[in-house]
Amino acid sequence: MTMQSASGHALAVFDPPDGEALPDPLAGSDAAELDARAVSAWFGERKVLDRVSLTMAAGQVTALIGPSGCGKSTFLRILNRMHEMVPTASLAGQVLLDGSDIYDPGRRVTLARRHIGMVFQKANPFPAMSIYENTIAGLKLAGIKASRVEKDFLVEDSLRKASLWDEVKDRLHQPGGGLSGGQQQRLCIARSLAVSPRVLLMDEPCSALDPTSTRRVEETIASLRDQVTVVIVTHNMQQAARISDTCAFFLAAQNDPGAIVEHGPTEAMFNYPQDERTSDYVNGRFG
Amino acid sequence: MSTVLPGTRAAEAQDVPRPLQQLLEQQDYLFRAVTRVGGGIVLAVMALVGLFLAGNGIGAIGEVGLGTFLTTQNWAPETNDFGIAAVLWGTVQIAAVALAVAMPLALGTALFITEVATGWLQKSLTSLIDLLAAVPSVVFGLWGAYMLQPNVVDFSKWLSTWFGWIPFLQVDGVDPGSPLRDTVPYTASAFIAGLVVAMMIVPIQTSIMTESFRRAPTGEREGAYALGATRLGMIGTVVLPFGRGGIIGGTMLGLGRALGETIAIYLIISPVYAINFHVLEKGANSIAAMIALKYSESNESAMGALMAAGLTLFVITMLVNITASAIMARSRSGAESEG
Ligand SMILES: Nc1ncnc2c1ncn2[C@@H]1O[C@H](COP(=O)(O)OP(=O)(O)OP(=O)(O)O)[C@@H](O)[C@H]1O
Ligand SMILES: [Mg+2]
Repeated sequence: MTMQSASGHALAVFDPPDGEALPDPLAGSDAAELDARAVSAWFGERKVLDRVSLTMAAGQVTALIGPSGCGKSTFLRILNRMHEMVPTASLAGQVLLDGSDIYDPGRRVTLARRHIGMVFQKANPFPAMSIYENTIAGLKLAGIKASRVEKDFLVEDSLRKASLWDEVKDRLHQPGGGLSGGQQQRLCIARSLAVSPRVLLMDEPCSALDPTSTRRVEETIASLRDQVTVVIVTHNMQQAARISDTCAFFLAAQNDPGAIVEHGPTEAMFNYPQDERTSDYVNGRFG
Repeated sequence: MSTVLPGTRAAEAQDVPRPLQQLLEQQDYLFRAVTRVGGGIVLAVMALVGLFLAGNGIGAIGEVGLGTFLTTQNWAPETNDFGIAAVLWGTVQIAAVALAVAMPLALGTALFITEVATGWLQKSLTSLIDLLAAVPSVVFGLWGAYMLQPNVVDFSKWLSTWFGWIPFLQVDGVDPGSPLRDTVPYTASAFIAGLVVAMMIVPIQTSIMTESFRRAPTGEREGAYALGATRLGMIGTVVLPFGRGGIIGGTMLGLGRALGETIAIYLIISPVYAINFHVLEKGANSIAAMIALKYSESNESAMGALMAAGLTLFVITMLVNITASAIMARSRSGAESEG
């Protein structure tokens, strides 16, 4: 693969000739719509999601809320094919990225995951790497060669987007594990952004963070709006209300698989919920 | 309402660290005593072995002088003409062959067990490796001499025919053009002994590496996959860096075993007391094998010489093992503080 600096900003990368249906992740691509259709999930015999359909509009922030164990993480992990890493896991349905199914047998898993990045609940920087190397780890993993200048640019750009640049610019070559928890989480966000994903999935990214770091991450998400489609799982109702455009409420009855009870614009979900259970949940009157 | 305290420091307080002591519970006291005795015994045995070897061997070294002892190749204590050079060289040579073969094999096996195999295959491979570690070395020696050697000499011959231009793969005294299948010059070599030792150290290396690869946390693994990593890419960025201590430590422990291996080498080599650079060529030796060979026919002064050889081996293996455990301890604590 080759890499070129296009328009001094976006890094253009050309695909191997075997022809992929998806545009390349680093081609400065825009936010994409993600559309889950009738997604069900099982762990072994146990069904944990039942025909969940949800459209996550391009360039918007979608929040997934709901009580513990109702399948939010499972749903999120299905959206970038991480679910299948669990040996007993299986699923049904489709996940369409700009109209084409990421589970299509002719599709490469690695490419789908590069288009649809993920930030985990627990920050997971690569301990053997410096902050600098961590940020562009995705390039190395994709086998993309880049010049020193391009790398420097990408590192600064990604760290700025994750509002971490000012804190680490003087120690880029120190280990990523030496940062505070909140900084590590923002490093992980920067790492995901460096491969220019079209969708960014976040599973409770702030649950281990202090209020200040949380605010920083929220600002980052707000600044990503329009560039990336964000899907975020959160237990913090205020956070969901603050940052999301649309909201989906998941619920699982005792021993039943989880499903979406209600979804819609965040404003409406919080102020005029249609379903009583949603109303109870968003107002904190729930289990 | 919160109470706001004035920001003053009590001037009368002594601001020095105070001694911290705790009264031990009887159980803990007993436990400490038992573990101390256990640890003490281990240390004492080590020290006694070292002292015993030193006490008996240093005299012999003194008789010929340290310089002569280290550089002489011959082993003839009767005429006071003996030195460690040839057997030490042979020991290192066999260990090097063993390591060069065992290291990649163990690394591949460990990666296969942790990263590729699943379910029953993973479980049975793990126990098979542990089983292999329990096979006595004399069995390996017999297998090497009667099963491996006849089958591997043709490979030795092929190697030296095609790669003989590399000095240490050269074999003297054979005519490569000869149509006869003359494999005798390729038997009983350091190469074959090294192969057998490799088979013996693969299990321990594999199990140490497997254990260290398993410690690579799921979070970091998934982080790599979520960036679009292939399995190989994930192994390179997460598993191998996490397992580095295990790779180095396992390799070094294997090296320690290879250096001290006795009976398997004894059964295979035909001993020579000269430095032989050609690994594929008949004739090799090692300190441990020489001690086993000479022990029964030695009088008191010859015994002293053997003790000196034993002391050399003891010191070398100690150094290797100490380095190995230091590396493992350091990288383990490093991984933990970072995780
Ligand atoms: N690896 C797994 N193996 C078996 N069952 C699992 C596994 N992971 C999750 N589950 C089950 O799937 C269901 C949904 O779990 P999931 O993690 O998606 O819930 P969640 O909504 O993310 O909960 P939380 O808010 O606590 O994170 C739960 O009942 C859980 O027990
Ligand atoms: Mg979850």
